[in-house]
Amino acid sequence: MASGLSGSGGGENRLVSLPLSRIRVIMKSSPEVSSINPDAIFLIAKATELFVQYLATHSYKHGQGKENKALTYSDLSRTAEKSETFQFLADILPKKILASKYLKMLEREKEGEQEEEEEEEEESSENEEAS
Amino acid sequence: MAERPEDLNLPNAVITRIIKEALPDGVNISKEARSAISRAASVFVLYATSCANNFAMKGKRKTLNATDVLSAMEEMEFQRFVGPLKESLEAYRRDQKGKKGAVELKKKDKDKKEDSEDTDKNREDENEDEDERMEEEEQNDEEEVDN
Repeated sequence: MASGLSGSGGGENRLVSLPLSRIRVIMKSSPEVSSINPDAIFLIAKATELFVQYLATHSYKHGQGKENKALTYSDLSRTAEKSETFQFLADILPKKILASKYLKMLEREKEGEQEEEEEEEEESSENEEAS
Repeated sequence: MAERPEDLNLPNAVITRIIKEALPDGVNISKEARSAISRAASVFVLYATSCANNFAMKGKRKTLNATDVLSAMEEMEFQRFVGPLKESLEAYRRDQKGKKGAVELKKKDKDKKEDSEDTDKNREDENEDEDERMEEEEQNDEEEVDN
């Protein structure tokens, strides 16, 4: 099978620029799907293109990077957080926070729950629960 | 089919091109943003497939079809895609028909050539165009399968 040509793939006259074979593989990875009509594969590919355009323009329009003419990750995660239509992306586009902030959050939680316990003790008890 | 995890990714170059075409000229798209959109696109495919499959199941059909996908778009609140998708589907179907038609025409033309060589010169030119187009498409089909 041909490989590595994806970059240049497709001229202007093509109806869809995403590879149908790949779309099919992704669709088939869903266990409950048995067979798929070629029209449906084409439509999903086309819809995915529209989706990429929509996600990009929507995030750019409502994003913070607009002043610097840039589309950033946080613009995207903000879209997933704020827009109902894009809500299904919230899990894969989580909001980024600084590690230092996260550690503080953890600490605050700890203080709230069990103040006198040592850090290591708590970690080991968590491990026990997990195993 | 045992697919590797990377088989569920869409080609980055194509995704980047689609983003660039959608945004105003000169907008910089961070690397992180690109890979995030690419992941989002794969998730979209799965989500749409699962939604469409529910419609097929409701209709007691085993094969997922175009109507199921269009219904899925409505359910997912991407109604705005339905119009453009219907148009593209028509073009796609015409295209598929055209391919078949071209092959049949070619056969007919071959038979005819043996009888009368120099009639229908225009028709021949047309067929040549179609042949070229088909060759292009075949190349594209090959490109579709990548890494």
